[in-house]
Amino acid sequence: MNDQPLWLTFIVAFTAMNVLLAGMAYMTWFERKVLARMQDRLGPTRTGPAGLLQPIADGIKLLGKEDLIPAAADKPVFFFAPLVIFVTAIVSVAVIPFGGTVEIFGRDVNLFAADLNVGALFILAFGSLGVYGIILGSYASASRYPLLGGLRAAAQVISYEIVLGLALVGVFILSGSLSLRDILARQQETLSLGPIDIPNWFILSQPIAFVIYTIAAVAETNRAPFDLPEAETELAAGFHTEYSAFRFSFYYLGEYINMIVISLFASTLFLGGTGGPGSDRFWGLGIFWLLAKTIVFLFFYIWLRATLPRFRYDQLMGIAWKVLLPLVLLNIVFTAFIRLVANGELEIPVWVWIAVAVAVVALLALSLRPGGGGEAAPARTSAVGGD
Amino acid sequence: MPVETQTLGENWLVVGLMLVSAFSMGMLLLTLNKIMAPSKPSAAKAAPYESGMPDIEPVRPSYSPRFYVVAMLFVIFDIEAIFIFPWAVIFDELGTYGFVEMVSFIGLLFVGYIYAWKKGALEWV
Repeated sequence: MNDQPLWLTFIVAFTAMNVLLAGMAYMTWFERKVLARMQDRLGPTRTGPAGLLQPIADGIKLLGKEDLIPAAADKPVFFFAPLVIFVTAIVSVAVIPFGGTVEIFGRDVNLFAADLNVGALFILAFGSLGVYGIILGSYASASRYPLLGGLRAAAQVISYEIVLGLALVGVFILSGSLSLRDILARQQETLSLGPIDIPNWFILSQPIAFVIYTIAAVAETNRAPFDLPEAETELAAGFHTEYSAFRFSFYYLGEYINMIVISLFASTLFLGGTGGPGSDRFWGLGIFWLLAKTIVFLFFYIWLRATLPRFRYDQLMGIAWKVLLPLVLLNIVFTAFIRLVANGELEIPVWVWIAVAVAVVALLALSLRPGGGGEAAPARTSAVGGD
Repeated sequence: MPVETQTLGENWLVVGLMLVSAFSMGMLLLTLNKIMAPSKPSAAKAAPYESGMPDIEPVRPSYSPRFYVVAMLFVIFDIEAIFIFPWAVIFDELGTYGFVEMVSFIGLLFVGYIYAWKKGALEWV
């Protein structure tokens, strides 16, 4: 039943790709609408009902714009850098499972393009390859603002990439696989907590990793409040200042597609992906649940942008290196330890547990005391002067 | 465990095909742009953006050595991450031995991390 011909797989992949592009277009509409509502405005209303044709109008307008190239630019690199971020963003979707094998028009179809055994690594790798598009494009522009934006983007993305990758290690320990299909299958098991059955979603067993992943994902996609590479108050338009017409829109496309992919990825890893009521009976519901979870993530992105002011650059790097990195390493060791005990590999006498509990309570009490030690991060921000 | 549906090579072939089709879609859009858009280049349009000021000296790509420090730290911790990923996947098979081994590895790196912190490598002012 599983000898799916290659052309059919490719049709699935190609469909996913085009749905992603359409989703990206309507993500811009969604963002403008939600942001407008949060600021007590209406957002786009003129083009089509509720402004629904706005993304199409924007695309056509960008196609008709003159493609400017600065005289001092490194032309071949300037030409191809936007394509790097566009292509790497799109290809990541190939490994996202939208479901298992289903029957459509009497034919067995796999609802995933590629089941790589290193699927999770693949998405991480392509997510960070995208930064080449930013660095090369900014460097090739031969202009001051893009150069500064590109440098900032590079340092930011590599710092948060470590956190992003390490946050997932707990999930890999629990699932024993890097394949997204295996991780998904593991989450469709149920846990029995006394009388109630709950799904084995990894957000329940890895809450710290989930929070860290979400923060790092916002930074990794250069979104507010971590959008320092394109901070318009400091750097004009940041790394794409010199770009115009459709080359500019590739950066825009890349950013939004990356957001969608990283949200799909987070839904698959932590929120049970296609799991949800009725998804085991009809595959369409599985896709619906996956998209619903993704939209929650995307809404969260927009919500952050509407709420939070931008970080200062030293704060941005400080969060990654001084707060998130130690936390994520602790999370790995802690998860591994619990897993070891749960597997019955390690026998821990009762008195050790009691001693640990007492120590934790004592430490908490000490750190919560007024004027006590506490975390290093909040204390540091006041020590540093203006930017 | 789901059954193996396609061979590994076919999976990568699909990824390769996606790469090619994404690239051709990008080139198609750029070609459309080229056909539809006007092209009237001028010296002012080709000058680098300087908020309206004339560009008096060419851009020298000089930047803060902080970026080098971050890059070096990144290399260290990214290699750590690469080492941790396979360990996490076969964690159940390794058992206590793997756990002790990885805790000592992370511990050693953590000493270096604290050293870098105390040396001020993580400060960005």
